[in-house]
Amino acid sequence: MRNETTANQPILEVISLEKKFPVYGSFGKWFGTKSYVNAVTDVSFRLYKGETYGLVGESGSGKSTTGRTILGLTPATSGQVLYEDKDLAKLTRNELRKFRKDIQFVFQDPFSSLNPRKRIGPILEEPLLIHKMGDQKQRQEQVFRILEIVGLQPEHYFRYPHEFSGGQRQRVGLARALIMNPKIIVCDEPVSALDVSIQSQILNILKELQKELQLTLLFITHDISVVRYISDRIGIMYLGTIVEEALTDDLFNEPLHPYTKALFSAVPDFTRNRLSERVILKGEIPSPLSPPSGCVFHTRCPYATDICKAEVPGLKEVRPNQRVACHLISAH
Amino acid sequence: MITLQKKEDIAQISERLKKEQRTLRFRRLKSNYGLLIGATIIILLIVLAIIGPLFTPYGPYGMKVLDRLLPPSADHWLGTDEFGRDLFTRIIYGARVSISIGLIVALLSSFLGLIIGVYATYYKILDHILMRICDGLIAIPGILLAIALMAALGASSFNVIVALTVVFTPNIARIVRSTALVVREQTYIEAMHAQGASNSRIIWLHIVPNTLSPLLVQATFVFAEAIISEAALSFLGAGIPAPEASWGNILQAGKLVIYKAWWMVVFPGVAIIISVLSLNLFGDGLRDYLDPRVKLKQKKS
Amino acid sequence: MNSVPLLEVKNLKTHFHTERGRVTAVNGVSFTINKGEIIGIVGESGCGKSVMSQSIIRLLEHTDSIEYEGEVRFDNQELLSMPISQLRAIRGDEIAMIFQDPLSSLNPVYTIGNQIVEVLRQHQKISKKEAHKKAIEVLRATGIPSPEIRVNDYPHQLSGGMQQRAMIAMALSCEPKLLIADEPTTALDVTIQAQIIELIMELNRTMGMGVLFITHDLGVVSEICTSVKVMYLGQIVEDTTTERLFATPLHPYTQGLIKSIPRMDGNRHEKLHVIEGTVPSIADIPRGCSFSTRCPYADERCFNEEPLMEKVNAEHSVKCWNYAAINNLEGRA
Repeated sequence: MRNETTANQPILEVISLEKKFPVYGSFGKWFGTKSYVNAVTDVSFRLYKGETYGLVGESGSGKSTTGRTILGLTPATSGQVLYEDKDLAKLTRNELRKFRKDIQFVFQDPFSSLNPRKRIGPILEEPLLIHKMGDQKQRQEQVFRILEIVGLQPEHYFRYPHEFSGGQRQRVGLARALIMNPKIIVCDEPVSALDVSIQSQILNILKELQKELQLTLLFITHDISVVRYISDRIGIMYLGTIVEEALTDDLFNEPLHPYTKALFSAVPDFTRNRLSERVILKGEIPSPLSPPSGCVFHTRCPYATDICKAEVPGLKEVRPNQRVACHLISAH
Repeated sequence: MITLQKKEDIAQISERLKKEQRTLRFRRLKSNYGLLIGATIIILLIVLAIIGPLFTPYGPYGMKVLDRLLPPSADHWLGTDEFGRDLFTRIIYGARVSISIGLIVALLSSFLGLIIGVYATYYKILDHILMRICDGLIAIPGILLAIALMAALGASSFNVIVALTVVFTPNIARIVRSTALVVREQTYIEAMHAQGASNSRIIWLHIVPNTLSPLLVQATFVFAEAIISEAALSFLGAGIPAPEASWGNILQAGKLVIYKAWWMVVFPGVAIIISVLSLNLFGDGLRDYLDPRVKLKQKKS
Repeated sequence: MNSVPLLEVKNLKTHFHTERGRVTAVNGVSFTINKGEIIGIVGESGCGKSVMSQSIIRLLEHTDSIEYEGEVRFDNQELLSMPISQLRAIRGDEIAMIFQDPLSSLNPVYTIGNQIVEVLRQHQKISKKEAHKKAIEVLRATGIPSPEIRVNDYPHQLSGGMQQRAMIAMALSCEPKLLIADEPTTALDVTIQAQIIELIMELNRTMGMGVLFITHDLGVVSEICTSVKVMYLGQIVEDTTTERLFATPLHPYTQGLIKSIPRMDGNRHEKLHVIEGTVPSIADIPRGCSFSTRCPYADERCFNEEPLMEKVNAEHSVKCWNYAAINNLEGRA
């Protein structure tokens, strides 16, 4: 089944995406020194129809910026995002409208992502209004249908966001994404603000809906066990680049990149023997203001050699469906 | 998908919830003494300003030289002024002027401040231009600026309104802007962008409603301040021109006879104090009412 | 092992007086910590675990609407009835606390060195110079590289992990007997979290202090704690060693929690376990067993009568009427 999906044409393709944010020195915009935060340095991946792609990384890895840039919420510095083979930057007004309908977003913070002054009903009707779909009655019916799908009651239509718990708000966030019948949903840490018992509810809904509605998900998270549960394929990000990408089962059976290994072993996990050997990384993620030369991971990598400091390793396919950016790993 | 019967349910649910929310709001209102007391006094003042003339046989302008500077008595509840006009009548007519000028200034400057503040957050170039103008206006002490404007425009009620609006708009614009800057960064605004909503839709339907509560509170304070400033301008002779009654120019006239007729300064002064205090009380209460979190947080921490 | 426990909490209750009436955030919590032990308190948000930990050293006292009941004995002193001035001498000296968000718990206008020196000089009679030297020492002990330079840094100049290390250094500067850690790794990345957990365990080994470790993350608990108490709605519902908790959880809530976490070795294609419903507000705690509204096994007794904490064996207690039946039932299925 996996191979079928990969044989498909990608629905969304990201090609060497780069995003820099300018930072100004203490003398302000016009007189200060200008430098850049390299949030995303070089990210390429493909999203195939009906799959869930997990983008994993720690804070500062650029995973959220990647999501935002794909949606066009912030323009890319360079690189391309192709949706159904069309470059996003070159879309006409109408095509952009269609794109906005087809690709939706679920945010991390269920508290700030809903307008506190509006009832749930109008919040959910808003996207339909923006895209001028249906009349008042049809819109309302559509909202009731979606509320039911995400497991909320009709009476929630009339409630204000502050009357909801975190889990319920995240359901509303999900409903807002679903109401446009999208093809792709980008989920940016949708469960990390929730308690575990609520988290499992949302993950179950997401997985069910994806199967039912043939959705393609881009799931951005820092939580390794969550991403393992939900994704078909995973890309591991570190300091603005993807260092490893593979099918979920392959990745967890045998992670290849030293960072992936360290990341997996750092996950606190009660199923593992407490005294089992752990790789604890020294140091912290370097500042994206001045990323290290060569391989971005060499400052913390226990195996780093001279070539790692000098040359940037490209993503190489070392096994079918498994790509790694590391000088020390070669195809076999 | 939803059956007819369910739809009826929905109408019922909607009714029930609306009732529930109404009673909740009413309960919050009931426990908010500042808001209630402030509002009561303001309403009393306004009613008095409107129907007050019915209680007095005197007109605001009719002079009676023989009755000059009479102390408070049964005939003249608050005494008379230096032209023998009934002070109570003058103060009621003054209330009409002072309160309506205050209200108009509050409304005008809120409206202008809202537009300036919101658009400044949204368009960078506008921000630079508008906010520098506002900074310039704020840099000059308000009352000085108002006097200068009055000197340039000439004394009349209309010009007082213009001058005070120019003085107070920048303050409101600043407050709206700082609120809107916070709102603009909220995720729900980003969500609207992701849906492809237009800028004016985001500004008017999502940002403006979220800046309204600090704006309303500030507007009540501007109302109070405008009453004081109008009184100050008239007191200095740069406000409402002489025969017309306003609390400020009654005070000004009283200043000259302060040793002979204390009532000429005390009663208009009291009128100003009561109206300003009740407006401030109202404003503080309004802030608590509009932002229930203020109260909850105090209780929780 | 010492026969007198380091900290003994007996039937601790914390009530808040709010506009909606009296709310009980901590409802009869009892446990002990011995020297050198790491005790974990686990629960979801709103279960009262943070309020409980702050009640131990009466940190919530500045709000006048609070009321304590019960007993907290630390080193043979009763903390709840002690005058606040005497308690202040214990806070920071013998009992130290670290919080979830290091940046907002450090004062941004003082260098971390200054802040550590201040704590030291408050509790010990030493000169500024000595205190400064000691500050560098504790910073080194918490693994901050080149502490001689870092001691003069302001909190914002440090990364999140380093800030948490500095917080720990500050907490440990007076060599406390008890460290209360309230979600100390929640705001950190996993690789940094692993470092901090390692650090706390090492300091626990070398300094022999007791640790009360509060978290919502069962994974973290399994890494660090010797025994665990599971809290739900202000009460401890299960209390046992870490091994037993994960091997044979007895309370339906604990079982649900453990099952609802996606496991690293679990089947990815199975549905995750869900605990139905949401945590009730502490303003209206259900009658009977507090978990009865969400419990799949609840019967009439559960809705009407509150169960007592029952000792299953020497190291396992559970607060459930039907734990025996449930667990036999599960064995059969």
